[in-house]
Amino acid sequence: MVVAVAEESRGAEHARPWIEQAKSSYWQLIDTDHRLSDLYNLVNVPQAIWIDEQGRIARPPETAGSTDHFRRMDLKTRTMSPEDQAERLAARQAYLDAVRAWVNTGKHALSADAARKALPRVTPEIAEAHARFRLGVWLRANDRTAEGDRQLAEASRLHPDSWSMWRQAADLDEVGKASGPDFWKRVQALGDRPYYPPPKL
Amino acid sequence: MTRILTSTAEHEVASHDGLWMSATDAEKATGWTLKPEGMCRADVCVPLPASAVGTSELDLAAFWQKLGGPVIASDTRDVWALGAPADERNAVLEGLEAPDFTLPDVDGVPRTLSALRGKKVFLATWASW
Repeated sequence: MVVAVAEESRGAEHARPWIEQAKSSYWQLIDTDHRLSDLYNLVNVPQAIWIDEQGRIARPPETAGSTDHFRRMDLKTRTMSPEDQAERLAARQAYLDAVRAWVNTGKHALSADAARKALPRVTPEIAEAHARFRLGVWLRANDRTAEGDRQLAEASRLHPDSWSMWRQAADLDEVGKASGPDFWKRVQALGDRPYYPPPKL
Repeated sequence: MTRILTSTAEHEVASHDGLWMSATDAEKATGWTLKPEGMCRADVCVPLPASAVGTSELDLAAFWQKLGGPVIASDTRDVWALGAPADERNAVLEGLEAPDFTLPDVDGVPRTLSALRGKKVFLATWASW
């Protein structure tokens, strides 16, 4: 069973066009408070967690099929080279194949020790960032925009590894800003570090 | 009235001087019950400092900070977010039991992860932004 969760602070209507187009038979859920990011210590979308029949985490949060090839795209034409496009699609296919193999045979599930070792640790700063994010989203939804913005900005400052917090704070400020020039500057500042760390399959 | 946002719910309570409130309201907001030995949930009790408990009231902010959880107030202190303590989140994840949640689908129908027990679940996030 697939459970797809939209991390959408602006609410269900922003996710609806995609969900209706997907016509999926699986659950499509709306997470305005980013509760899933809080519970599972997520930092970006798309991230996935594999959960087995007993409700145990078989693979902790990891990038779900996306790659860093987009960082090399031509920003004027917004296109990637044919080689990069091919590699990107191949990586996505490899990840989907791995998910299917796990469903059919159990392959790629981690041992308890390996799963524990791969868990990202929650720090007090991250915990505070989630509380501020929650308050900020509430304030925004209740017409206290400026105050909500401040809480979201502080959340992002406390948890700089979270692209979801940074991009949601930017997007609420101005639609499209989450992928505007400030986003690209922030991506460039990663240097050799990945935006989408590849899953270790 | 004061509004309290926990990571899973939202409650209205009567409080003064920050988060001083009745034990009933504190329990409603957090699920922790005031007993002679401190604040208790299931078989765990956390002693409260003498400064955080009165004859019929307690300081929920002081208790939450003692748990190690973030306590964040709005400018006018009418809305408070009580976040989950980092240690609690880590302990749950290290237990490897997938944290349960209930979220609405696009039409508002609530769905709960644990209802899928017995099936493999590929839980994935996405966003329109």
